[in-house]
Amino acid sequence: MKTEWDVVVIGAGPAGLTAATEAAGLGLDTLVVDEQPAPGGQIYRSVEAVHTRRTKDAALLGPDYGHGLDLVRRFRDANIPYWPETGVWQVTEDGELGITRAGEAGLLKARRIIAAAGAQERPVPIPGWTLPGVMGAGGAQVLFKSAGMIPRGRTVIAGTGPLVLLVAGQLSDAGAEIAAVLDTVTQADYHMAAGHLFSALKASDYVLKGLAMMVKLRRRGIPVHAGVRAVSVTGSDRAAGVAYTDPKGTTHSLAADTVLLHDGVVPSTQLTRQLDCTHGWHHTQRYWYPVTDAWGTTSCETLAVAGDCAGITGAKAAEASGRLAALDTATRLGRLSAVNRERRAMALLAFQRRHTAVRPLLDQLYQPRLSLPAGTPDDTILCRCEEVTAGAIRAAVADGCLGPNQLKAFTRCGMGPCQGRMCGLSVAELIAAERRVPVMQVGYYRIRPPIKPVTLGALAAMAPTAPAPPDPLDT
Amino acid sequence: MAVSHDVIVIGAGLQGCSTAVHLARRGARVVVLDRVFPGRHASGVNAGGVRRLGRHPAEIPLSVASLEIWARLPELVGHDGGFRATGQVKIAESDAEMARLEQRAAMVRDMGFGHEEPIGRDELRRVVPTVAQHCVGGLISRADGFASPYHTTHAFHRKAVTLDVEMALDGPGATGIDRVGEHWQVASGPHRFTAPTLVNTAGAWGAGIAKRFFDEDVPLEIEAPMMMVTAPVPHFLDPVVGLAARKLSFKQMPNGTLVIGGGHRGTPDPDRQTTRLDFNKYGISAETVLAVFPHLAQVPVNRCWAGIEGVTPDDIPVISESAVHPGVFHAFGFCGHGFQLGPVVGRILSELILDGGTNLPIHPFRIDRFAIAPGSPVAPASAT
Ligand SMILES: Cc1cc2nc3c(=O)[nH]c(=O)nc-3n(C[C@H](O)[C@H](O)[C@H](O)COP(=O)(O)OP(=O)(O)OC[C@H]3O[C@@H](n4cnc5c(N)ncnc54)[C@H](O)[C@@H]3O)c2cc1C
Ligand SMILES: Cc1cc2nc3c(=O)[nH]c(=O)nc-3n(C[C@H](O)[C@H](O)[C@H](O)COP(=O)(O)OP(=O)(O)OC[C@H]3O[C@@H](n4cnc5c(N)ncnc54)[C@H](O)[C@@H]3O)c2cc1C
Repeated sequence: MKTEWDVVVIGAGPAGLTAATEAAGLGLDTLVVDEQPAPGGQIYRSVEAVHTRRTKDAALLGPDYGHGLDLVRRFRDANIPYWPETGVWQVTEDGELGITRAGEAGLLKARRIIAAAGAQERPVPIPGWTLPGVMGAGGAQVLFKSAGMIPRGRTVIAGTGPLVLLVAGQLSDAGAEIAAVLDTVTQADYHMAAGHLFSALKASDYVLKGLAMMVKLRRRGIPVHAGVRAVSVTGSDRAAGVAYTDPKGTTHSLAADTVLLHDGVVPSTQLTRQLDCTHGWHHTQRYWYPVTDAWGTTSCETLAVAGDCAGITGAKAAEASGRLAALDTATRLGRLSAVNRERRAMALLAFQRRHTAVRPLLDQLYQPRLSLPAGTPDDTILCRCEEVTAGAIRAAVADGCLGPNQLKAFTRCGMGPCQGRMCGLSVAELIAAERRVPVMQVGYYRIRPPIKPVTLGALAAMAPTAPAPPDPLDT
Repeated sequence: MAVSHDVIVIGAGLQGCSTAVHLARRGARVVVLDRVFPGRHASGVNAGGVRRLGRHPAEIPLSVASLEIWARLPELVGHDGGFRATGQVKIAESDAEMARLEQRAAMVRDMGFGHEEPIGRDELRRVVPTVAQHCVGGLISRADGFASPYHTTHAFHRKAVTLDVEMALDGPGATGIDRVGEHWQVASGPHRFTAPTLVNTAGAWGAGIAKRFFDEDVPLEIEAPMMMVTAPVPHFLDPVVGLAARKLSFKQMPNGTLVIGGGHRGTPDPDRQTTRLDFNKYGISAETVLAVFPHLAQVPVNRCWAGIEGVTPDDIPVISESAVHPGVFHAFGFCGHGFQLGPVVGRILSELILDGGTNLPIHPFRIDRFAIAPGSPVAPASAT
């Protein structure tokens, strides 16, 4: 296994693929690692397989998905070293990466690391969210893209964000029984946003696509309820239905076998957190992002971030940010003059601006409203691994707990195998709400490696072959 | 100069919190200062081993006295700290190692302590049923065990608060110390605390404080012992397991997870209060575990971390009145085994402060033992 590289790119989504293609094109010795079996990332997951073996599904996933195929082909044509099914479980400030590949752990050394780790769905701690039969709408889309699977039985989709209507349409096309869509955005908000888009910008079609999708779903007889609040999942040993309040304040309930929740996506910050990079807090979308310069360099100079893991800007902007990070990397490693970096960056920056201009509006429109930490009932679980409830966290704060790290001492919250991926956001917000201080002040969990699974056996295989000399008896 | 407290304690780790509890129980007005929350450093992130087994001879009397407090911890702090007396066993992987363990047991017996007991093949397999074939026996201390570092430190902290100890946490810590008349004045950012007595329980940072404010030299190495914990596995192990000749400390927690340590070191950054891990050494650590418990190869590691600890040249801590300044007491540099000692160290300090002395033999831990006699080529004085 070759262990020394100029650049290691983590992630083979749009940001990682463009970063790698650009970096290799500039003569940098580049490796791409991704835990998935094939390139594409979240949006273009399984795009090669779907286009060669599941052409019906390819049509159904649409031209936006098809664009991924071009991206992946360009990457494949460049013959860049690429290790699929390879998870990165730690990075260090001097460029060491811990990886697992085919069940074996190993260490790589890079002069620079570009993390293009993408986003994750925001966990939605509402009553009933831990019941079997409840999953993320994005998660359901993953199952469809990678395995052609559709949700079981009567399916209700609830939440907000471009993905809600997109997934509802895709799954319905694929034959799922979508019983209803519960959208936390109000009809009036949609129309206002659409008006803004027409007058202010021509770049984005997200909202228009959303409205078109809504019309399509309604034609198909699928009710789309806008402006819903107080969504909860009912059922005792598995999901049986959904309860919600309409804009007039009336409470309704629907029967459901599967409930798909989606409150938007948030940057995957495990890598930047594990490296203790400086993070900021996005107030409207309520997520953490690593603070960077225009090229994606984090507070740790060895590491640049690109794509959604740097802040949610979508797949198109991800392509530009991947290339920008690669250009800057080439300059830092002496392959490209600063002048040429600026020259090449101009068009990319303009492209990126065009695709991010719509974000403030989208962020405002699609504010996460399914779960509002301050309103989470005491008996709702926040930390699934250790089964810690909102009430237990409130009690810890009353008992003097100041932040998420100390909360581990009080409750074991965040100490399970997910390393806080499922509870980190809501825990910080809940503590901040209880203490009446800004979220930035309570902070986030310190994330420890490994951030991806690695077994004792895999670690042991890393040990130097000659046994270490025994230590003297410690007396 | 108005006196604000009887005692100012710098450092809210287990030693500082324990000192505060023991002092406040006897009526002293105490303030504890820290830059972070109690248990943020070594006291909250250690392996939780409550071990008399294999102690440095100078530490044996203290650890024996401390275990008595551990066994009745709820009486002191209202919580058991997660302490389980599961025993601790040090395993011999060869006859030569077993012979050394037997010598060790004899030495401890000669000192008048009976807790270290050699066991052979069969008894080893009774207490550690899944141990690998090649292991020949071990040395066991049956009343030892483990506790939860977080919960223990937190329990001492909470108890101190209920005894009206003032906690100045998560702030600047001690930023300046001055002698003002008969008293010590500690600056913590804009705040001032004044008391006749001052305790330095600043852990790995203790030598820095001793040097900067009191001009007392302790050649303390700052180290970063590394730990890892796995996903839960079905219960198979009760006692805490160590090895006679390889670095290992290994235990199964009540929730099924395996906590693995033993002394492999990462790199500390005491100024930033962070550590860097060395995964080649984790490789050795994992290999050692699998040598003794081969059935664990597929168990996923959940989290790796290191703590920041001060280590002295003679591998035992400083527990001592200042050699030069009245009313100053030090307890730091616990060399990777101070968690078990925490309950008794607080008592010792309270006795030194309130009674002017203690019955426990603390001479080996005096702070001036590292001073080099003029003209002498030999370094530190022997501790035993
Ligand atoms: C579940 C889900 C579904 C989505 N579906 C759509 C959609 O249909 N349409 C749309 O416009 N947007 C979708 N998005 C939004 C999407 O995140 C972005 O539009 C786009 O994929 C961002 O590209 P990226 O390159 O930044 O990251 P991604 O495309 O997410 O790529 C990141 C890659 O990094 C890999 N990775 C992450 N961490 C590690 C690690 N430690 N070790 C190894 N590999 C790692 C991942 O396996 C992944 O392949 C979805 C998001 C999610 C979370
Ligand atoms: C990984 C690891 C495993 C271990 N395993 C075991 C074990 O199994 N059994 C065992 O007995 N021992 C073990 N130990 C050792 C044990 O944890 C320590 O000896 C013990 O916790 C030391 O306690 P302390 O209070 O002196 O130090 P700490 O817990 O480090 O507390 C010192 C405090 O002083 C504070 N401080 C520093 N400077 C200032 C300042 N200027 N102003 C205010 N406050 C300040 C720090 O912030 C810190 O909170 C282990 C240690 C480590 C790191």
